[in-house]
Amino acid sequence: MTTNSNQSETYNYDVVKKFAIMTVVWGIVGMLVGVVIAAQLVWPQLNFDTPWLTFGRLRPLHTNAVVFAFGGCALFATSYYVVQRTCHVRLISDKLAAFTFWGWQLVIVSAAITLPLGITTTKEYAELEWPIDILIAIVWVSYAVVFFGTIMKRKIKHIYVANWFFGGFILTVAILHIFNNLEYPVTWFKSYSIYAGVQDAMIQWWYGHNAVGFFLTAGFLGIMYYFIPKQAERPVYSYRLSVVHFWALIFTYIWAGPHHLHYTALPDWAQSIGMVFSLILLAPSWGGMINGIMTLSGAWHKLRTDPILKFLVVSVSFYGMSTFEGPMMSIKTVNSLSHYTDWTIGHVHSGALGWVGMISIGAMYYLIPRLFGREIYSVKLIELHFWMSTIGIVFYITAMWVSGIMQGLMWRAVNEDGTLIYSFIETVQAMHPYYMIRLLGGLIYLSGMFVMAYNLYRTIYGARMVEALIPAPSHK
Amino acid sequence: MNDLVQMNDFSSDFWHWFIAIVTLVSIIACGILAYLNSRGPKTTTEETMGHVWDEDLEEYNNPLPRWWLNMFYITIVFSLVYLILYPGLGKYKGLLDWTQRGQHQQEVAQANELYGPLYEKYASMSFDELADNEDAMKTAGRLFSTNCALCHGSDARGARGFPNLTDDDWLYGGSQEQVIQTITHGRVGVMPGWDQVLGEDGSRAVAEYIMSFSRDPVNPRMLEAGKEKYDQLCVACHGADGKGNQALGAPNLTDDIWLYGASHKGIIKSIQHGRNGVMPAQKDLLSEHQIYLLSAYVSHLAKQADKQ
Repeated sequence: MTTNSNQSETYNYDVVKKFAIMTVVWGIVGMLVGVVIAAQLVWPQLNFDTPWLTFGRLRPLHTNAVVFAFGGCALFATSYYVVQRTCHVRLISDKLAAFTFWGWQLVIVSAAITLPLGITTTKEYAELEWPIDILIAIVWVSYAVVFFGTIMKRKIKHIYVANWFFGGFILTVAILHIFNNLEYPVTWFKSYSIYAGVQDAMIQWWYGHNAVGFFLTAGFLGIMYYFIPKQAERPVYSYRLSVVHFWALIFTYIWAGPHHLHYTALPDWAQSIGMVFSLILLAPSWGGMINGIMTLSGAWHKLRTDPILKFLVVSVSFYGMSTFEGPMMSIKTVNSLSHYTDWTIGHVHSGALGWVGMISIGAMYYLIPRLFGREIYSVKLIELHFWMSTIGIVFYITAMWVSGIMQGLMWRAVNEDGTLIYSFIETVQAMHPYYMIRLLGGLIYLSGMFVMAYNLYRTIYGARMVEALIPAPSHK
Repeated sequence: MNDLVQMNDFSSDFWHWFIAIVTLVSIIACGILAYLNSRGPKTTTEETMGHVWDEDLEEYNNPLPRWWLNMFYITIVFSLVYLILYPGLGKYKGLLDWTQRGQHQQEVAQANELYGPLYEKYASMSFDELADNEDAMKTAGRLFSTNCALCHGSDARGARGFPNLTDDDWLYGGSQEQVIQTITHGRVGVMPGWDQVLGEDGSRAVAEYIMSFSRDPVNPRMLEAGKEKYDQLCVACHGADGKGNQALGAPNLTDDIWLYGASHKGIIKSIQHGRNGVMPAQKDLLSEHQIYLLSAYVSHLAKQADKQ
């Protein structure tokens, strides 16, 4: 670190840089594990009869790595960058910000060790055992202190919309994490949830769906609201729209969890409420998509030449598609076909690879060269990466749509004597070719990440971090 | 099934009202939020809100797209109508009186009406008649792949811990009544562990003796000690001659068929630590007539093996 005397006059880029670089690193790691488990579904012998290489242990490692390591680092990097630049102040504490970085990396490394060892609470997306849960809570509260503390010191009275979304995300994730992970420790590596039976399932999916709603949606909408107008050099389309869709989105998401528990022991009334709020969620979600895409009015021509903008805008298109598909899948009759099938996996990945992945990638291409005061090494390689990502996603999600719907239809097909036409193993066999296509799609997407790593490495190699002076705000 | 007492989800009326009111108010609040923000200038202007962040970040204040606003209102109206028709507002049942339990019962009743006569016809036939009836065996085979193959295998040859159904070796008896009983009510086979009583050497000796029923002894010196222990501890279930007892599900030890593996090691382990075999009851999953047909199929499999 530099030892300058005018720290309060520059932005803290150090923590942003660290998180940004780790976004790329963890992206590659998480997606690599994803490709490995996709290959295991095609060739089960890739387990090598080794417990810690089995699908059951690597799958939570994959989800944790892409959601919390890749997605988490992207959110930390961008929110720290955006909150400083839109408040025109340095982060309130460099030390606390650095603590969130090292703490979060420790969480990730602990996850990467414990999950393959089979140490798990078994709650989806909350598999980490209680000591790591406590560490997450401490890091998260520190994150909230840094973020909201910086907001409080802002030089412009009006808070920029990206910060509403980052703020909503930080606050809600804290609540979700703490309440879903209330558990009785038995040993250092084993605990039991304080909730039992259907209550546990309900809390789990209240958490699980809002991990999507707040971690993977609200936070990333924050990224969208800064990086799209910046890259397009156009004002945000509609302030009014951002007000309506912000409040409606954060309000309705929290109700939608029960749609994961249709036709289960969850009481009918709770299922219905989950379903109607999931439907209402369509418009608030699309409000974000409209605001993102329409910000390009008057700048559409830039899409032809600017691959970073392509990443950002296609990402928002995938967001619109997934948030249409989601409410449809929450309708009971549709859900009775889609539930437990690969359709769900396809839906998740159009959101994960399309929305979350592409907007993070676009933001990193914007951010990392600026942190080092360099031009990107190769725009052509970004263009290549864009097409690799897009083609990879298309392979992935179309394969899962087809196999998922086929799987659902095969499960319910009956003979004239009322027996099932297909035994379970026959449905598994039928999925085999689609698993190959999915693997191919994942592999192409992952290869794109290597192109990105190379391009960014060449960009920042030998460069020193920028000392960015804080410009005076143009008004209060 | 309707007379089953349904547990009330609400410990008091307070919670019923709490859920109903909070839900309704929340849905309506979404509509009000949209309506309030839809007012204001209706045309697009080039004027921004007047805020500038980070040197060039600005915002227009374009009106909410009409089609989007309408879509929002439609989902809200749909939700309200849905909650009038279906359960959702606390303990209010909805005008359609729909429940997932009711839907399930209705679908089961429909299926029984549609497919019941076929199975009823099969139930009036003898096991031998069914074995000769190609259609009946086809249907039974499908029932088998859906309900039984998971443990007993698609070829019914079983796996370690799961009996082979294609031989004529029966743990609980192969008569018509016994097979139907096994499928209907399931079975729990418990072999206790004798490690504490026999110790390592004792278990080895008993294993040696048991294996001598069907194989040449490997270590004849242990036979006598093994027999002594066997006659004290094992006879009660497996019988003095080792032929087992189907009333208890105690396996025949003389036929060289080993449910938990034929290796010396595996047999010693069974003696030391015991085994628990569970065949789940099918009575709530299949109808009486379906179980009859399935029993005929399983008996047929065993008889075929006999012929070979």
